[in-house]
Amino acid sequence: MLSSKRLVLAHFWLAFTVFGLALLLGAWQMLVRSPLLAWISNPEWYYRSVTAHGTVMGYVFPTLIAMGFGYAISELALERPLIGQRWAWTGFGLVVVGAVMAMVPVSMGLASVLYTFYPPLIGSPFYYLGIVLVVVGSWIWVALMSLNLYVWKRDNPGKPVPLAMFANVAGSLLWGWTAVGAALELLLQILPVALGFRTTIDAGLARVFFSWTLHAIVYFWLMPAYIAYYTIIPRAIGGKLYSDSMARISFILFLVVAMPIGIHHLFTDPQVGAGFKFMHSALTALVALPTLLTVFTICASAEIAGRLRGGKGPFGWVAALPWRNPMMLAVTFSFVMLGFGGAGGLINMSFQLDASIHNTQWVTGHFHLIFGGAIVIMYFAIAYDLWPHLTGRALTSLGLMRAQLWLWFVGMIVTTFPWHYVGILGMPRRMAFYDFTNTALAPEALPVTISVFGGFLLVISGALFFVVLIKGQLAPKAEAGVYRFSIAIHPPTSVPVALNGYSLWLVLMIGLTVVNYGFPIAQLLALKNTSVPAVYVGAQP
Amino acid sequence: MTLQDNHAAGAVVAARVERKWAMVSVAVIVLLAGMAAFAGIHQATMPQARVETADPTTLHIAGEFVESNLGSALEPDGSVTVRAVAQQYSFTPQCLLVPAETPITFRASSADVVHGFLIQGTNINTMLVPGYVSAIPIRFDKPGDHLMPCHEFCGIGHEGMWANVKVIDKAAFLAMTSAHRRLTCVE
Ligand code: HEM
Ligand SMILES: [Cu+2]
Ligand SMILES: [Cu+2]
Repeated sequence: MLSSKRLVLAHFWLAFTVFGLALLLGAWQMLVRSPLLAWISNPEWYYRSVTAHGTVMGYVFPTLIAMGFGYAISELALERPLIGQRWAWTGFGLVVVGAVMAMVPVSMGLASVLYTFYPPLIGSPFYYLGIVLVVVGSWIWVALMSLNLYVWKRDNPGKPVPLAMFANVAGSLLWGWTAVGAALELLLQILPVALGFRTTIDAGLARVFFSWTLHAIVYFWLMPAYIAYYTIIPRAIGGKLYSDSMARISFILFLVVAMPIGIHHLFTDPQVGAGFKFMHSALTALVALPTLLTVFTICASAEIAGRLRGGKGPFGWVAALPWRNPMMLAVTFSFVMLGFGGAGGLINMSFQLDASIHNTQWVTGHFHLIFGGAIVIMYFAIAYDLWPHLTGRALTSLGLMRAQLWLWFVGMIVTTFPWHYVGILGMPRRMAFYDFTNTALAPEALPVTISVFGGFLLVISGALFFVVLIKGQLAPKAEAGVYRFSIAIHPPTSVPVALNGYSLWLVLMIGLTVVNYGFPIAQLLALKNTSVPAVYVGAQP
Repeated sequence: MTLQDNHAAGAVVAARVERKWAMVSVAVIVLLAGMAAFAGIHQATMPQARVETADPTTLHIAGEFVESNLGSALEPDGSVTVRAVAQQYSFTPQCLLVPAETPITFRASSADVVHGFLIQGTNINTMLVPGYVSAIPIRFDKPGDHLMPCHEFCGIGHEGMWANVKVIDKAAFLAMTSAHRRLTCVE
């Protein structure tokens, strides 16, 4: 039973509203840099837009989804009201104030530095302060998740922590720690310069701090999707979860190995030596493990569903799956996109192959496929699944939901496949304009144009998503019944201590980070004369 | 068999299949990491080994990146070193001239913000971070023209930051080195 419905709904509505606005910006960017439209004459608008789109899609939107979903999980899985509702609203307020504070200077063109900040470019201090507030708001959520679990454990000694809550807290802890990298960069390096206390900054060191956040943030975005794979999908398609302990192991692996590998974003950076690049590259390979385990467990859970519905033989169960159920469609599309995106990820992860696509449009294509595709489609699924319980009204437009998911899937494929291809041709990213009349760039014109149409499909899909939700809010009252998470075929009666808590894994997470980052950071701090003059963006001193 | 036994037997099978899959996954990952290590060591495609620094504020007045030293230089061992500087929103030199079938090292740095250095149709792809020197070895198989865009956002003129690389026949290149100490497309 949910007692914090308004809290969760507030998070979801704000998340999806900013998502809808940023989606329009994305489609506009796609269009203006394509051969379809004449030169916009002021490139600054483009970078303003990319800064807003990236900041919203990378920071604000997924953070709000993780927070709202996390509060819902805490109540539904622990079966008790959330402790610290006031604090939760305070966190929400900080995210709202932070998002507004960041977006005002961006829309005025005073902070067109893109969501990665990369100093020595420096924009308005309000942009960075706004992001700090968003992060602080989310840290309140991190603390509340651990607090709620702690109190539950105290009252239920020896009982296995419900899987959904176990995963949720793992995700929150991962975020709490990974955000520290960017926070250090903002507080120690960027803000003093943006506020005028200092005029120089070590750009190489800043990139190392940012990479600390940049990899594991990806797993923070992904957590809600993975939680839905394990704890919502098997139930929603009429099956059971294949293995509860494998799920726990996957989430623990994310916690430990997602962190100390971010230097793979700096493979081609001159300020980090080859040794640590190699180490991070090797550890990066490990992070594929929890995903491979997840794919197996979820496919096996789907097989259970198919057989329970009467499917026979090695493949008969696939045909027997509830293909008209939106949740079935969502998880299938998500897995297909995860498969293609994962294959691309293996290329990014190897230093040698990365050299041919680093910082080209391949990279933007890659993360739109994984994040915008595989992950965001599961955010839709989560909303569809929770909505009746949040609003007390049924979602009945199943046909619309199916159309929305199909359009998102097809749109993502049509957008991102050509996007990858032009990256292989060497098309650089983050440019407001490309001269497609140049014979060397002419072959990129057609694929870029195809991408634009994929983008239109995504906008239509986004609009349908809002239609479904709004129709849901306007529908007559209908009791949604008790909310259930998936049940494992062999539900755990007792769980080894290591799989029921985090202490050991937190020690490993922090230890590995200190080893893998401490040394490169110390080396850079010891290097003399690497601070360079700041370059201010927009109308600034 | 009772239902209870059935359940237990099922659990054993499930755990076995799961373990097998986990082992396959680990094997795949070890293989991939091994391949990367092998390619790195065997074909010497490893990242730049040493961290080198260069002060962006004095880049143009002292050291190897002074304007008169930019462009392609023939080394005593027959290899070629190409030096370039990036700044908002251009590269100096704007057109690099290099010989085919010759070991070449690009050395570059930035005079202001972070820029990117990518030569289309090759594996040359690196970041230029102010304060640091990027060094990349390469060998061009045949003569030809390549575009060289900056691939990192460096300010509102980023989309205009494109340079060129002209690869010419080795003999022709060597002939030109007798007249000029440093070569670019302009000579
Ligand atoms: C649905 C979820 C989406 C997410 C999470 C997302 C995320 C992001 C992020 C984080 C960036 C910043 C990249 C950078 O600074 O290099 C970005 C850039 C961009 N996005 Fe999205 N995006 C989404 C949807 C879309 C859609 C639907 C479109 C097109 C219709 C789109 C088009 C773009 C474009 C054109 C850029 C700029 C790329 C460049 O200039 O190199 N995005 N996106
Ligand atoms: Cu990463
Ligand atoms: Cu640039």
